[in-house]
Amino acid sequence: MSKTAITGGAHAAFSHDSAVKHVTGEALYTDDIPEPPGTLQVHIAMSERAHASIARVDLTKVRNQPGVVAVLTARDVPGKNDVSPLKGDDPVFADGLVEYFGQSLFAVAAETIDQARAAAKLALVEYRDRPAILTVDQAMEAMSLLEAPVTLRRGDPAAAIAAAPHKLEGRFYVGAQEHFYLEGQAALAIPGEDRDVLIFCSSQHPSEIQHKVADVLGVPNHAVTVEVRRMGGAFGGKESQGNLPAAVAALAARMTGRPAKVCYDRDDDMTITGKRHDFRIDYRVGFDAAGRILGLELDHAIRCGMSFDLSQPVADRAMFHIDNCYYLPAARVTSYRCKTHTQSNTAFRGFGGPQGMIGIERAIDEIAHVLGQDPLAVRRANFYAHKRTAPSTERRVTHYNMVVEDCIIQDIVDELVASSDYAERRAAIREWNARSPVLKRGIALTPVKFGISFTKTFLNQAGALIHVYTDGSIHLSHGGTEMGQGLHTKIAQVVAEEFQVDFERVKITATTTAKVPNTSATAASSGADLNGMAARAAARKIKRRLAAFLAERYQSDPESVAFLPGRIRVRDSEIAFETAIRDAYLARVPLSATGYYATPKIGWDAATGEGRPFFYFAYGAAVSEAAIDTLTGENRILRVDILHDVGKSLNPAIDLGQVEGGFVQGAGWLTMEELVWDDRGRLATHAPSTYKIPACSDRPLDMRMKLFERGENVEETIFRSKAVGEPPLMLAISAFLALSDAIASVGDYAIYPALDAPATPERILMAVERIKRATNR
Amino acid sequence: MSDQITFVLNGEIEVARDVPPTTTLLNYLRRAKRLTGTKEACAEGDCGACTVVVGELDGEAVRYRAVNACIQLVPMLEGRAVVTVEHLARPDGGLHPCQQAIVDCHGSQCGFCTPGFVMSLYALYLTGVKPDRQRIGDVLAGNLCRCTGYGPIVSAAETMYDLPRPHWDEARRGRDLSLLKEIRRQGTLSFEYRGQRWFSPTDVEELARLRTAHRDAVIVAGATDVGLWVTKQRRRLASIIDIGRVAALREIVATGTTLEIGAGAAYSDAEGIIARHFPDFAELIRRLGALQVRNVGTIGGNIANGSPIADAPPALIALGARLVLRRGIARRTMPLEDFFIAYGNQDRAPDEFVERIDVPLLDDPTRLKCYKLSKRFDQDISAVCGCFNVRVADGKAVEARICFGGMAETPKRARTVESALVGQPWTEATVERVIPALERDYAPISDHRGSAAYRMQAAKNLLRRYHLETRSQTPALRLAGRAAAFG
Repeated sequence: MSKTAITGGAHAAFSHDSAVKHVTGEALYTDDIPEPPGTLQVHIAMSERAHASIARVDLTKVRNQPGVVAVLTARDVPGKNDVSPLKGDDPVFADGLVEYFGQSLFAVAAETIDQARAAAKLALVEYRDRPAILTVDQAMEAMSLLEAPVTLRRGDPAAAIAAAPHKLEGRFYVGAQEHFYLEGQAALAIPGEDRDVLIFCSSQHPSEIQHKVADVLGVPNHAVTVEVRRMGGAFGGKESQGNLPAAVAALAARMTGRPAKVCYDRDDDMTITGKRHDFRIDYRVGFDAAGRILGLELDHAIRCGMSFDLSQPVADRAMFHIDNCYYLPAARVTSYRCKTHTQSNTAFRGFGGPQGMIGIERAIDEIAHVLGQDPLAVRRANFYAHKRTAPSTERRVTHYNMVVEDCIIQDIVDELVASSDYAERRAAIREWNARSPVLKRGIALTPVKFGISFTKTFLNQAGALIHVYTDGSIHLSHGGTEMGQGLHTKIAQVVAEEFQVDFERVKITATTTAKVPNTSATAASSGADLNGMAARAAARKIKRRLAAFLAERYQSDPESVAFLPGRIRVRDSEIAFETAIRDAYLARVPLSATGYYATPKIGWDAATGEGRPFFYFAYGAAVSEAAIDTLTGENRILRVDILHDVGKSLNPAIDLGQVEGGFVQGAGWLTMEELVWDDRGRLATHAPSTYKIPACSDRPLDMRMKLFERGENVEETIFRSKAVGEPPLMLAISAFLALSDAIASVGDYAIYPALDAPATPERILMAVERIKRATNR
Repeated sequence: MSDQITFVLNGEIEVARDVPPTTTLLNYLRRAKRLTGTKEACAEGDCGACTVVVGELDGEAVRYRAVNACIQLVPMLEGRAVVTVEHLARPDGGLHPCQQAIVDCHGSQCGFCTPGFVMSLYALYLTGVKPDRQRIGDVLAGNLCRCTGYGPIVSAAETMYDLPRPHWDEARRGRDLSLLKEIRRQGTLSFEYRGQRWFSPTDVEELARLRTAHRDAVIVAGATDVGLWVTKQRRRLASIIDIGRVAALREIVATGTTLEIGAGAAYSDAEGIIARHFPDFAELIRRLGALQVRNVGTIGGNIANGSPIADAPPALIALGARLVLRRGIARRTMPLEDFFIAYGNQDRAPDEFVERIDVPLLDDPTRLKCYKLSKRFDQDISAVCGCFNVRVADGKAVEARICFGGMAETPKRARTVESALVGQPWTEATVERVIPALERDYAPISDHRGSAAYRMQAAKNLLRRYHLETRSQTPALRLAGRAAAFG
């Protein structure tokens, strides 16, 4: 009997390919790889000043400690002393100047990590302190910017606001966020012949590691091979932040001729690496009696830290997302990229989008407050035109002049409002609050529209490599990396679907620069979109060759050759897949192919502000209900209903995992996760004892998640799916505004809480107290 | 004297020789044994990625508990059994239900935290008691996951009992019992490694003698604090006395009027009996550390290390607990509040040790209320911890003991407020009148856990909450725990 379907094809809710290895502890992460004999352990010594020139460094004692094999400084770098992703402003080792507390000064390679650490402590470093700028407010006061402010403008918002029947303005602070990937940064470098080096590391961007290590060592790219099997979480924190540990490990290997490993412990990791940018958002908005926005002006002041890292594209994405789902007839956003003497902030799930989006959600919430309306009504009044409306409709154009062709937010919100009983619950909560003096509840619905594509257009390309071996087993490599998001599973499903073979026949292999070159970071939620298409292209090449071969052998037309589950049909014959492969091999048909994909239609010119930055948009919406204790500020998310659009899901189990994980991570960002720096610029919250990410019981008590079943990408993406990595994080804005709604009840909704993020118990209690004082309660 | 540590590791007797006494179990597993399934993600007992299960002989059975390997010191495992994630599956690869359920529920994404979750679920599975949601939250509070949002892992905890029983695992646990009996030994384990000395007595008299002989020695019970001196402060400890094997110190006895808690009793050992006598103290303990910490951490240690933000002392002081200190054969007792002299300074001579805590029982167990304020409900350190015990007779407050942690450099009673309350009608008006007096009792500081203003405001409001909670008609006011308003 012939098989009717394969297991693990496209759209199957298939388990993560490493799930069994995860639960048995067999899955290897960088620090688990058996070390080659003689491997050195390397510790990076860090600056203990936020901003200082270095008058003198004496490392004599360090070098003389037991076990120490090499001490690495800026002078030992044979190539460029830089590991920055874009701008050449992140030294491997500080050279005369330190610009944040935690900056890499030098490194010690020793037989054991304890020896390396102990030795590093004996360095004599003489600093000459300089004034340090630590916060956005300080930077704006001093106009300490990395570059001139950048403005995006549509129409004349100042005039529109001036002429508007209603207006309001405010200032809103949104805090930073630590990635807290469970596995810290790690790299193992193994020296080879010809000054080659092989690096195993935990990175979203093996190609960049390859290029930066080559630059640091002063060798061609071909001398460096980078391999990543999996990461223990990344969330953007391993897009550029893995460059330093890899470069230091490679340099130690070069200097000593021995394998060398750098693994940050948690405190070092949090002290060295960049975080999600914190923002100060100033907003002025003009609107009509229905809450329709007539004009919007925004100033983003963004803490970039001591260098650019990826701050430019992060800040750009924030500017692109000031509209969220809303049509802005006139808008201006000016982005101040503040230079501060703190960690260089970096990519983090959403990449500026969340900060951009929460600004307008806050403004709309306040508009509704001013008008005494349900914020949902104001949101609906401002949505972009639905995709079914006439293309000529004015309300489709973004503030960056891209036409929104795929808007379905109305469908999602309508379905969610009904399924969550939003209106009834909102009324019931208000009634309940009137009777509950201490505990208060709040509810909010917020939508998400997130632009998919790297806004630096050239990054939207990917490659894949497929070998089919003579036994019919398939070896798959592609340029994307696995950080837990299930990318390898999805790509293997794509390949299984194309060949119509069971998932198990496809071997997922580590990402390596030796197989697929010049890759982009696995970032911007693009992993499956780009690499899925590349893998499909590679599979189709081999399929075409097989079809041509079989058509010739069976005297048929290649077009009529059909790949059925586990077999290939040509004319009236059905040939088992492995038989066909064996025959093709014997007939000298090449069974290996590369695939390549470049996203069509897009092209954005940052200099002119022209073009189309995004291929399409991903949509979703959430209703959150939260409770606060007005005596203590303690709070809890009680219920969350989510409806999220992933197009035609490649893997609903994995996609729901991304939705839930993204929401909870976003809720952490906006509630309990608080990074605190002391007056000297030292990060005071550098471990989980002091930096609190959501724990199990912080998960909303009642969580109802659904994928939008009618979802289908209007663009030709891989099996009409949509990207899912980042968009769900922003669903958590609903939780933040639900808390704000609960606070507003303290003053019987007469005073806007103007809550800053994160909404810690302290911020909530202080907002409650402000309202109590203002209303004499 | 012995220079070797003997324990059971994944079903085999493991003899560790030439090990620095402050070697953590995690480093021993990963580096010496190459058991890399157990992960390091914080090295401070706050994330659970290194969770392993440790079994201990308890009569004719072995009691297994989840612990954080990153802050367990290897000599503490003497006579115990360690199970790691590598030792759960059947030899042919079949998964244990706690593993299979995670796979089935899509409970792993990046997988780095997964072995820790597996081990926490495994310890739960061994209890044989199917948990409710609250219990699952408690069991998993010490395991952080950054990918999943926890839902699929909670589902795994709920469904693992529906899978076929793992008979191979039951056989292995039976083998642990016989091996533990085989390696059981009485008498002190003591050894020296390059100038570092380790003693683990089993007898309290021997402990008293060792304490006198080694005045500079650090006493360690669960190492949930001392472990961090090693992994975070990288302190070199010259001599260590481990009290974890002194059975007498782990006893908890309820006499007619007093609960006597041995200084070596782990929170987990004490939780049940405390819940019967002081339910709200038990609720506070539920939120202290996480299960992996409470399984080894002790109330005695929480007192002896003198932290201003420890959670047990405010509750115990509010209860009027007395501390029993031992020096040689001599004992002295004092009210617990007198033990805390100033920051980093306790009323304990170098050769003394905390032997016991005596807690007077309450006529009305619900009178004690304990409030812990932190950024996160579970496994967080208090910004403010307020414990209240006001006895009301004929509508008047006749006795008041109120103690706060996080408000001063030591756990400290609100004496001004207490005396202002006593003799007054127990009413909202009285509470409002005395609340400003808190500003005379405390001058809290600002730090990363909260500002001084927040601490003071919250402390005032906690007195309001206490008053509300002592009134019979008040609806539930809490957002966490079994008495929560929602859940």
